[in-house]
Amino acid sequence: MPAIELTNPAALPADWRDLLALTKPRVMSLVVFTALCGLLAAPSLPPPVLGFTAILCIALGAGACGALNQWYEADIDAKMRRTAGRPLPAGRMDRQSALHFGVGLAFFSVLLMGLATNWFAAALLTASILFYVLIYTVWLKPRTAQNIVIGGAAGAFPPLIGWVAATGHVSALPLLLFAIIFLWTPPHFWALSLFVRSDYAAAGIPMLPVVAGVPSTRRQIFLYSLPMAAAAVAPWLLGLTGAIYGASAAVLSAVFVLLAARVLANRATEPARMAPEKKLFAYSVFYLFALFAVLVADRWLAA
Amino acid sequence: MKLEEEVVRRQRSRALITALLLGAFVVLMFFITIAKTGKNW
Repeated sequence: MPAIELTNPAALPADWRDLLALTKPRVMSLVVFTALCGLLAAPSLPPPVLGFTAILCIALGAGACGALNQWYEADIDAKMRRTAGRPLPAGRMDRQSALHFGVGLAFFSVLLMGLATNWFAAALLTASILFYVLIYTVWLKPRTAQNIVIGGAAGAFPPLIGWVAATGHVSALPLLLFAIIFLWTPPHFWALSLFVRSDYAAAGIPMLPVVAGVPSTRRQIFLYSLPMAAAAVAPWLLGLTGAIYGASAAVLSAVFVLLAARVLANRATEPARMAPEKKLFAYSVFYLFALFAVLVADRWLAA
Repeated sequence: MKLEEEVVRRQRSRALITALLLGAFVVLMFFITIAKTGKNW
């Protein structure tokens, strides 16, 4: 083969690091953690290797969602500072490789889930992948400011799938876990979208701060944090968990609502002066980790 | 870097990772089979 100067990296076989980046590993960590907590909170645990496989399948499914999202949004990603360095907009990989990788990962994760655990869990995993890719990425995200509200359901599936993988059925607690993440998603993403709204505006994505303005988004963040806090303490009020979870959920949620109130009180429109928004965004990630960790600890101590 | 060298480097690293993942998958399937043949699973 003649030696040619390297001018078009996308013409090369994709580097494995770029394939890994397509799966959005940081997002995957929260998915894996909540799925693991859903599985560990279940009343009966599968053999460790099957539990591990269930979590692996959920992680691979989330990776497939990330890859297909980046495949579909490569043009939009190129317009935003936050995402311009991703493998596709940066030109390090061709789009067809990303599509094949995402579809392959999705099929593999569902098949392995069905074979290793049960087909109900595999069906839920399929539904979550299709919901994220088709309903959220393709349909809602470019069309409506409510994209995060409805699309949040996709991210709420992992603890439900973890529970179903362990038990084979659905009950009240995993549905509440679903509700917690579903209601947590809007304030989490809207806090972020407030201080990166110029990126979303440049890319033409109708996020709430772009469409409805900053004050309205701050109001919505605060309003959504209230039912989210109610959903977080509901497992305790319904007698599904113990006092350790109840007290922790109450304190963690109270801090969340307090930070959301500070966001509501902020009048700044410059991202540099949006410290309350940045603080709420960082805390929201910690909140979900802590809430689910305490849930598992509470269930195990009660068992 | 020359194109030829970079293609070979990437093919090698991807082949190595594919081999490792396939090996891990075989081991995983073995243990899944053992677990599924146990009680209630």
